[in-house]
Amino acid sequence: MRITTKFWIGIIVLIVLSPLGLMLPDHFKAGSAWGEWSVDEIQKFVGYVPQGMAKLSSLWNAPFPDYAFKGWEDKGLSYVSFATIISAAVGVIAVIFVLFLLGKMLAKKGD
Amino acid sequence: MHIPDGYLGPTTCGFFYVAMLPIWTLASRIVKKNLKAKQVPLLAIGAAFSFVIMMFNVPIPGGTTGHAVGGVLVAILLGPWASCIAITVALVIQALLFGDGGITAVGANCFNMAFVLPFAGYYLYKGLSYRAAVDSSRRFIAAGVAGYFGLNIAALLAGVEFGLQPMLHHTTSGQALYCPYGLNVAVLTMVGEHVLVFGWVEAVVTALVVKYLQKHFSEIFEEGEM
Repeated sequence: MRITTKFWIGIIVLIVLSPLGLMLPDHFKAGSAWGEWSVDEIQKFVGYVPQGMAKLSSLWNAPFPDYAFKGWEDKGLSYVSFATIISAAVGVIAVIFVLFLLGKMLAKKGD
Repeated sequence: MHIPDGYLGPTTCGFFYVAMLPIWTLASRIVKKNLKAKQVPLLAIGAAFSFVIMMFNVPIPGGTTGHAVGGVLVAILLGPWASCIAITVALVIQALLFGDGGITAVGANCFNMAFVLPFAGYYLYKGLSYRAAVDSSRRFIAAGVAGYFGLNIAALLAGVEFGLQPMLHHTTSGQALYCPYGLNVAVLTMVGEHVLVFGWVEAVVTALVVKYLQKHFSEIFEEGEM
């Protein structure tokens, strides 16, 4: 099997396993990454929401915030895992699409 | 390590966008010079790998989470300039589609994870594996050490960027405007958790993949970089 084929299979396996990145922290009761808290969490930790942060934090509305579907937060593990896998797949496809586009612009043809 | 919107003030955000511009320009020039059409899939795989490996959050029980970036591995296989482009694309997609890392912080996040991390890791790997045979165990150990070092230096930078904010931006009464934690807390926590836990994840991922490739696809270490 060609090396690139093996790599693609590896990427697909990682996409399918991606809910582990959600389940393990959940199981071990680990919170957000340091410095990636929501404004509510900041309010809890330091007693106020910094003014600049309050303005900037909602600057961008991502279509799949935190690799999940909006409104699916309470739907249970299998739904959330499904949303994570779809997010991973969408992200990987987007990344590949951009790289192939860039590759077309940058790469030399013929060899 | 994905700094969100609202944690860095405009000066810091602007500074890192400006700092990244020449790096991105140089990276695309160098990659344009070397990249062959048949190498494009490998470049896409590198970016996809970095994107998806960052979803594997590793918990510190009862504490925070963190993850590998895969950037040192991508740099070892594609060269540092190509890896800079690959990781940048992964980070931009994460910010735009998934809100992972802020739009205003793309410059800073790319500086940490798409520039310093792969370059530091790459040159450390090159140094440690200097003249090592393709199947030498020195090569995968060097990869592991480089992964560990690369992730930790990126964490240190993120810690410094967070920690400078209360000094740079505060109200007259002393309330922070952006990240409220100063250098001592931010640097200590970011470096501490990465040195103790997440750096090892990057080290193991990098070393294992290099070992696997040494055994099954050793020609990848002899091919030209992008």
